[in-house]
Amino acid sequence: MGLRDNYHRLVDHGPFFFALMLAHALVILLGLTAAYYMEHNGHYVTGMNNQVVWGMPHVFAVFLIVAASGALNVASISSVFNRLAYKRFARLSAILAVSLLAGGLFVLLLDLGRVDRLIIAMTSYNFKSIFAWNIYLYTGFFAIVGIYLWTMMEKRMNRYSKYAGYAAFVWRLILTTGTGSIFGFLAAREAYDTALLAPLFIASSFVYGLAFTVLVLLTMCWTLGITLMDKEFVQKVRGLLIIFTVTVLYFTTVQHLTNIYATQHHGVESYLLLTGGVIPAVFWGVQIVIGSILPLLILAHPTLGLTRHGLSLASVLLLIGGLGQMYVIIIGGQSYPLNIFPGMEATSSWIDGRFAHYVPSLAEIVLGVSGISIAMLATAMALKVLRFLPNPIEENNTSKNKPEAKTAGAA
Amino acid sequence: MSTSNKQTADLARRRFLSGAVALGSVSIASGFTLYTASARPKGEPASSKIRWGLLIDTGKCEDCNICVEACKTENGWEGHRGNLTDPQWIRKVGLTDKRTGKKQSLPVMCLHCEYPPCVDVCPVGASMKRADGIVLVDRHLCIGCRYCMMACPYGARSFVHEKVTNQKPYMPRGQGTVESCTLCAHRIDDGRIPACVEACTKSGREAMLFGDLNDPQSAISKRIVQVSTTKLRADLGLEPNVRYVNF
Repeated sequence: MGLRDNYHRLVDHGPFFFALMLAHALVILLGLTAAYYMEHNGHYVTGMNNQVVWGMPHVFAVFLIVAASGALNVASISSVFNRLAYKRFARLSAILAVSLLAGGLFVLLLDLGRVDRLIIAMTSYNFKSIFAWNIYLYTGFFAIVGIYLWTMMEKRMNRYSKYAGYAAFVWRLILTTGTGSIFGFLAAREAYDTALLAPLFIASSFVYGLAFTVLVLLTMCWTLGITLMDKEFVQKVRGLLIIFTVTVLYFTTVQHLTNIYATQHHGVESYLLLTGGVIPAVFWGVQIVIGSILPLLILAHPTLGLTRHGLSLASVLLLIGGLGQMYVIIIGGQSYPLNIFPGMEATSSWIDGRFAHYVPSLAEIVLGVSGISIAMLATAMALKVLRFLPNPIEENNTSKNKPEAKTAGAA
Repeated sequence: MSTSNKQTADLARRRFLSGAVALGSVSIASGFTLYTASARPKGEPASSKIRWGLLIDTGKCEDCNICVEACKTENGWEGHRGNLTDPQWIRKVGLTDKRTGKKQSLPVMCLHCEYPPCVDVCPVGASMKRADGIVLVDRHLCIGCRYCMMACPYGARSFVHEKVTNQKPYMPRGQGTVESCTLCAHRIDDGRIPACVEACTKSGREAMLFGDLNDPQSAISKRIVQVSTTKLRADLGLEPNVRYVNF
């Protein structure tokens, strides 16, 4: 049983791993059932309506798509910025990125009103639509990261891996700009209509992607009883998470401050930050406190921040905060009424002048969560099939682990 | 007569009849000519020489629902759940001026923008603008992504949230697709005016004026020259073909 290329396949793992994968498979099954339920009955069974047209499936889908480009970050740091400490995790980073994208697209597609017309979305394009451009960006991401992985894993192609890494880095920046622009191009909605959404989404992608990468790595460590990240790497990741989280907070602050400065946006800002019921509660409670301040405190803590437990806890909180952030952007932006008649109080039997009441249905939430399960199961399957996992490192306190006994090289 | 000859003869007869019926002026209220109408011959594309539009006089618009009911009857849409999942191609909006307290009532539907954002954002090209300015959704192409609904500043579009029944043969609808006011394109193509305009005029209110904005001799063009009109959300530069007066 030899180890080749300092990487190995996931072979010898305990029942915990199987139980985890079984749980993910079950969630995916439930997600498919939820999608069938929604498609069969129509979207009236969801919490979505003609004012909040994008609900929880989009919260999860956009979250995963943004996370996908961020997950490639570790690979980018090694290839583009030539940081060797990250090189070991480049393969895992890349396969996690495509898996997260697949999970996000799975949710996005199953929430379409006419899923059966997917072929139309793949063959009929309106190139003035940023949505249509995103279809190319997503498929291009799969292709470019696939080539990048090939150049990393095939020795004869190794010399091209740096160039493929550059291409993937540029592509992922464009992709997240495209995702942010889906909202940024909407002049009609007061909460959107800002170019800041593109850089905000890029900063957020760094947080979500790195948090996912950390959690997958630590899950592998616990499953296999090995050490994949040394203390130095934990410190580096900790520093990056702090920088990225502060960057997201910065862009979020600037976005709201610029809106608050403009009198015409006082209403929507008041709604998002103070008076909008669930929306400000999610913003302050989930996005800011649980999803930003708390993880920052954990990461900045002189002892807890240096432990893997601290890192994993902070990562979980950052992902919860990320979902909260997407909820506030996507749901909050739609539930605030359209300002069709400035200076007037509008009422109608429909959407005019009312703050939409959106309560997500169980089916929507299950479909959304199943996207995460798709990403995790796809990553796990990939780890079992090809040599994506770096070989364990020897640490003083983990030297008793026998990596050879737990892992196997490529067949 | 062979089958193909018979079909050709039938088509020619239908064209002649529809043209003969529709040619000339369409008069709804006595002595009031709305617009000079002619049916568009079958198979002939809509012309860019025409730009259909509506002028809604909020001074004449009363707190009634006649236009909404006419649209429902004509196009076969109706909500069953009494909430925001119901379709609403046209709605009556009550407005109160925050400073003066002045109250108004007016209908809002698809404003058939000259530069429609719904058409810009539709990934598959299902949202489209006809050459004569009517903005439509091709329900055979629509994938139900609802991005057009996110982009419309007027909340004019509905997503079909449930199965549809009692569809009109000229107005196909479908669960999972987006729909909105078609300006009664099927009626216009037959040389008739939109159902809401017809109902409003018949009721005696005459708050809605329909016609060709490109024709300087049309009643709507003449009225637009005479009065100051309002384009909703004019700041967005979408140039809606539905305008308001006395607003």
